Amino acid sequence: MSQAPPSVWGVTQTVPYTLPDAVRPAPGPAADEGLARRLKALACTAPLHDLDARKANLAGEYSVYAMAEIALAAIDLVTLHMDFDTGADHDQIVTRLLPRVAAQAPARTVTEHERVARWVLENLINVGSADRGFRAVYGTFGADGHYVRRDYDFKLIEEVPGPGGGVYLRTTDEAVNVLVGALDTDVTSAQIAAEVKLEVLISRGRLADAQLAAEQARYRTVQYAETLRRTLEATRRNVRAVDWLRRVPDMIAEALDHVADRYRHENAILTNIRKARDEAEDPEHKRRAAELVDIVKDCIRRHTQLQSRLLEAGPLFRAEQDRQAFAAPPARAGLDLYGQLVAPLLPLPVEQATRVTDVYFARGAGLRTPAAVRVADLVELLLTPPAERDHLGAEMPEPDLVATPDDSRFSDEQLEAALALLDLPADAPRRLSGLLAEARRRHPADGDLPYLIALLAVHAASPPVGTAHRQGEPTLLFAVDDGAELDDPEFGGADLIVGTARIAAGAPQ
Amino acid sequence: MNDVRDETGEAAGRAAATAAAVTAADVADAARLVGFGLQPRLLPARDVEYAELIRRYREDPAFARLADAVAAGLGVVVMEVSPRAGMALAAAEDSVFAVRMGDYARRAASDAGDRFLHGLAHLAVAALAFPRPEDLADDGYIGRITVHGVDAFVRQACRRLEERADEDGRTTDPASDAPGLEAAWRVYARRSSTGATKDARRLASSTTGIIGKAVAFLVDSGFLQRTGDESGGTYRTTARYQLQVRDMAGSAAMAELLDLGVVPTSDGTPTLVPAADGVDDDLALDAGLPFHSHS
Repeated sequence: MSQAPPSVWGVTQTVPYTLPDAVRPAPGPAADEGLARRLKALACTAPLHDLDARKANLAGEYSVYAMAEIALAAIDLVTLHMDFDTGADHDQIVTRLLPRVAAQAPARTVTEHERVARWVLENLINVGSADRGFRAVYGTFGADGHYVRRDYDFKLIEEVPGPGGGVYLRTTDEAVNVLVGALDTDVTSAQIAAEVKLEVLISRGRLADAQLAAEQARYRTVQYAETLRRTLEATRRNVRAVDWLRRVPDMIAEALDHVADRYRHENAILTNIRKARDEAEDPEHKRRAAELVDIVKDCIRRHTQLQSRLLEAGPLFRAEQDRQAFAAPPARAGLDLYGQLVAPLLPLPVEQATRVTDVYFARGAGLRTPAAVRVADLVELLLTPPAERDHLGAEMPEPDLVATPDDSRFSDEQLEAALALLDLPADAPRRLSGLLAEARRRHPADGDLPYLIALLAVHAASPPVGTAHRQGEPTLLFAVDDGAELDDPEFGGADLIVGTARIAAGAPQ
Repeated sequence: MNDVRDETGEAAGRAAATAAAVTAADVADAARLVGFGLQPRLLPARDVEYAELIRRYREDPAFARLADAVAAGLGVVVMEVSPRAGMALAAAEDSVFAVRMGDYARRAASDAGDRFLHGLAHLAVAALAFPRPEDLADDGYIGRITVHGVDAFVRQACRRLEERADEDGRTTDPASDAPGLEAAWRVYARRSSTGATKDARRLASSTTGIIGKAVAFLVDSGFLQRTGDESGGTYRTTARYQLQVRDMAGSAAMAELLDLGVVPTSDGTPTLVPAADGVDDDLALDAGLPFHSHS
C-alpha cells in the first residue's frame, strides 16, 4: 500500500479540522474506530440471521429450513464460481443449492425447494430495496465529543453486467470476510496463516480441519485475483488512474512470488494428501482426503490462471499507454469535463452536488417540443378506438413454394413392412436369406421390399452403437457375416445373420 | 454564438441590397427554419428545403437576423447554424421547450438520491464522450461511449475516493439524521450497477438503468446515435451534442460549482496529468489520478 498523502488534495474536503491529540476530548474517533469496525463486521452477519427470523412470515411452513445455512452455502457457491471475466450465473447457483435445500426437507416438493433457494438468494441481493443492498446504523463519538449515528451501507452479493448482456452475481469483500470469518485482515498474511495451519493439521492427521483450511486458502486466492482484475479493468479505461510506476508493479511482483510460493506449497500438500488418501484405512478418512485433493487441485488451477493474467498485465499496460498517451497535442484549451466537473463534484455533499447536476441537466439534456392539440382534434383522438397493437410483427410474405417431386424409392408402407419383418426377438437372430424369402411370401406383389430388407441388413452390419447408447435406445439391429454365401436370385454376397441386441444402460468404456 | 456565419463582403453587399424590405414570406421562411431546428434529429443533408434555408441563413445576414429573432421570441437560443449541425437550438431556462427533471424521471422529484444520480448520469456521459479538453474543443471529434463503460468509469472514481477515505482513516458513513450531507460518491457507490428483473429488462433504478435512460433521452435529443448493442449499448456523439455541452451545459455547471465555492483549477492541460502545484512529491507519482490533479 502506498503511503497515505496528507489531506491537501481536496478543496472540497468536508472533514472538520481535528484538534491536536493533547486537547481532544476522550472518547474520540480513534478510540471508537475499533468498535465501529466490529459493529460493521457484526452488521454483515445480520442479513443471515434475519433470514431465519423472517422465514416465519413466508406463506407456508418453512421453519424446517435452516436459512442461514443455505445463505452461507449460496455465498460459498457464488465466491467459487466467480472468475476473471464474469460472475456466477443466477440459475446455476439456485440449481447447485437445491441438493442442500432438499436434504433439509426431503419430504417437500422440488418446487418448494427451488422457491426457498430463490428466496434466500434474492434476500442476499436484497431485491426489494432500491440500492439492492443493506444498511446498518451505528453510533460513534465525533472529534468534538458529540455522539453521531451513522449509516453503514453494504452488499453481500451484487449483480454485475456480463459480456453477453446477462446479469451475473459476485460476492462482495464484505461477504467474503463474513464467510471466512477473518474480519479486517490482510490478504497475504491470512493466506500464509491458512497454509501453515493446513500443513500442521495434515501432519496430525486431522483431515476435517485440513479441508476447512484448504477451502479458506481458496477463498483468499479468489480475492487476490479479484484485486488484479479490478486493476486491469481500470487500466483499460484509463492508464493514469492506476499507479503503474510503483504500486502495480509491486503488486504484480508480489503476486507472482505468491503464485510461485503457493504452487510449490500446494504441490507438496497435494503429494502428502494423495499419500494420506491412498494409505488411509477409514473410508470416511479416505473420502475426505479425496475431496481435499480436489480442492487443492482447484487451488492450483486458480493459481495458474492468476499467473497467466499477471504475465499479461505488463503488455496490456504498454499497449494501453500507447493508445491513450500518444494522442495529438491539444488544439486549444477547453473545458475539462472530468477534471473540472465530475471529479470535484463527487466528494461534495450530495445536497450541493445535486445543485450542479441539476444545472447541467437543465442545460444539457436538450429540448423537447411540447405536444399541442386542438380541441377538435382532441375529441376525434379520444373517440378513435385504439389501434390494434400488432405484437406479431409485420406480415410475413407468402412464401412461394414449389412441390418437389417425391423421388424416394421406397414408400412409407414398405418401410413399415420391412421394419415389422426385422423386429426380431433378442434371442432369435435370423439369416438374411430367410428374411428375404418371408418378404417375398408375405408381399408377393411388392418387388422392391426385398431390396429394402437387404439394404437395412447391410446397414446393420455397422450399427451406430454410440448414437443409440447416447439416445438411450433399449435395442439395436445388428448383422454379422459368418462366412455363409447368400443363395438368392436377386442378391449376392454373404448370408448375414441379422438380430437384435440389447444395450446395457451402463457407461460405455 | 453565430461565429460561423459567413460574412464575406460579397454576401454583405447582396444582403444590403435585399435587406430593404422584409416580406411575410421571409418571416415564414425564418420560422420554418426554426421549426426544422426544433426537430433535433433532422439533418440538413436529409432534407433539401432545410439545406436551402441553412444556406440562406449563412449567406443573407438580414434573413439570419430574422431567424434569430424568431428563435429568441420562442425562447430558444441559436448555438450554431451549419450544414453539419443544422440549426442547433437550445432551450432557454424558462422556455416551454425546456426539459424539467420532474418530467424526466418521476422518482427524481421525491427522492434526492435519484435526482442526483439522473443528473450525474448526464454529466458522466458527456465527460466520457469528451474525455480530454481538446476533444470538446475539436469540432471534428466524435466521441464514443457505452452504457457499461460510463458506469464502470464513475464507479472506479467512487472506489478511488473510498480507498482514499479509508487510507486517511476518515469515516464517510453519513449521519443518519442528515442524509443531505452524505458524500455524493457514496450515493452512486451503494446503488447496484445492474439487477435481474422479471421481464429481462434493465432494472430502472440501477445505475446502468439510469445511464441507459440518459443515453436514450440524448438519442431523442439528437445528441447521440446508437451504433450497437455491446456493453449495454454503444453510442457516438453528434455535432449538436458537442455544441450543447461546450457552450451551454458545461459552462453553466462550472458557474454553479464556482458558486458553491469549489474552484477547480485548470491551465488547459488534461486532468489526467500530474498536478502542477508540486505540493507533495510523493503525490506526483500517483498524480495521474484525476482526483489529485485539482488541488
